[in-house]
Amino acid sequence: MSYYNFLLEPISCHAWNKDRTQIAICPNNHEVHIYKKEGGDKWLKIHELKEHNGQVTGIDWAPESNRIVTCGTDRNAYVWTLKGNVWRPTLVLLRINRAARCVKWSPKENKFAVGSGSRLISICYFEQENDWWVCKHIKKPIRSTVLSLDWHPNNVLLAAGSCDFKCRIFSTYIKEVEEKPSPTPWGSKMPFGELMFESSGTDGWVHSICFSGSGGRVAWVSHDSTVAVATGSKNTVISSLRSETLPLLGITFITENSLVAAGHDCYPMLYVYDEGKSTVTFGGKLDIPKQNAQRGMTARERFQNLDKKASSETDKATLESVHKNSISQISILEGDKSKCSKFCTTGMDGGMTIWDVKTLASSMKDLKII
Amino acid sequence: MSKNVSSDRFRKVDVDEYDENKFVDEEEGGENQQGNVMGALQAVLKNPPMNTKNQALKDRAEGLVLKVLSSFKSADIEKAVQSLDKNGVDLLMKYIYKGFEQPTENSSAVLLQWHEKALSAGGVGSIVRVLTARKTV
Repeated sequence: MSYYNFLLEPISCHAWNKDRTQIAICPNNHEVHIYKKEGGDKWLKIHELKEHNGQVTGIDWAPESNRIVTCGTDRNAYVWTLKGNVWRPTLVLLRINRAARCVKWSPKENKFAVGSGSRLISICYFEQENDWWVCKHIKKPIRSTVLSLDWHPNNVLLAAGSCDFKCRIFSTYIKEVEEKPSPTPWGSKMPFGELMFESSGTDGWVHSICFSGSGGRVAWVSHDSTVAVATGSKNTVISSLRSETLPLLGITFITENSLVAAGHDCYPMLYVYDEGKSTVTFGGKLDIPKQNAQRGMTARERFQNLDKKASSETDKATLESVHKNSISQISILEGDKSKCSKFCTTGMDGGMTIWDVKTLASSMKDLKII
Repeated sequence: MSKNVSSDRFRKVDVDEYDENKFVDEEEGGENQQGNVMGALQAVLKNPPMNTKNQALKDRAEGLVLKVLSSFKSADIEKAVQSLDKNGVDLLMKYIYKGFEQPTENSSAVLLQWHEKALSAGGVGSIVRVLTARKTV
């Protein structure tokens, strides 16, 4: 587990390149900075991508084609390609009149989806004849800002979590770029914009959403401190867990049954999904606290605490977790969603931590990652 | 003519008596007097008036809950909270915060004691759910 502090401001979003030697982050302003790993624990800034006029809210780096797509509050998205040693932007007209909130490349990298505050999702694909990125909108029945997106491995289904408290799965089949998809557990008729699944039962904004490695399950976290998982089938059953922590902001599958989520509590947590019993259970806290030397409290400190805070417990004013502020994004570093061995978290403290699943599992005795 | 005209008992049923707005919870008052405060708590947390828009009904439910909560001895509060399941603890938190909104003579002190115990059982998540709930109790 290694922690690196990039800056003092929050990291709005991040994306890794294919071999995980470079990371693109937005340092809470209009730019995107790309850092390269310089051996050991050092990161060197090698590129600054300046084109947006508003804060960059989403970055995604396509591993195979090495293109970066960024979207921001200036209602634009840019696709960046590396020419020589410079990243060149191409504007994509999203035709939205509110800020863009999140962006994701599809698994085959021929499309990308942008969620925005205009209550719609823009699906963009490249049209060869016009040499231009074209976008199609999915509007119904989204009633509020789309906060998070994730693609199904079949390149057609897209899961969207939004501020109208629902998680939905849409079909984004575009006949110009792909063939008809085969039936999935979520349904078989998939024209563009078809709503395959809509959740109910959770009461908060859906901050983050994730398909499992096989695409048969979708998990989401919402602002009422719940984690929910749904397995696609004729009668989809939603299992949710009301957690005792503060709301979570990011979630990802690390195996078919285990999820790692992190949020305002500043440490990642493990959740285990049991499809047979249709339950989600809390697996454990995934932070290794530093071993502080146990100093005894002097009588003076005890009375001071009693006076100031009405409790004589030991001083818990500092956070014991690695991140000192909320974690806003989790991404998989090594492996994939069905078997992840390393994942990375970035947060509002400007820091990035790389977590190793094997070390975590061995150091926490009753942690079971199934 | 239809076959089931033989019985006309249904004509003697007064449908207005079963109107949910007129429904008064008689059981809790009874159990309270008998001293069965645990049972009273379970009964009063069943069927919360979440879906109705009738403010009077909600106020009456809140008053009942407050009465039950105040009739507990301080030492029994922790046991009572342990006996509730996760949904019960969330519901209890909702009622506690509703009670905070209109403080009376000693209601706040009692509610604060309940709040401390409910917090240790439900964690900050239960408070977040009070804040984000779409249907208030």
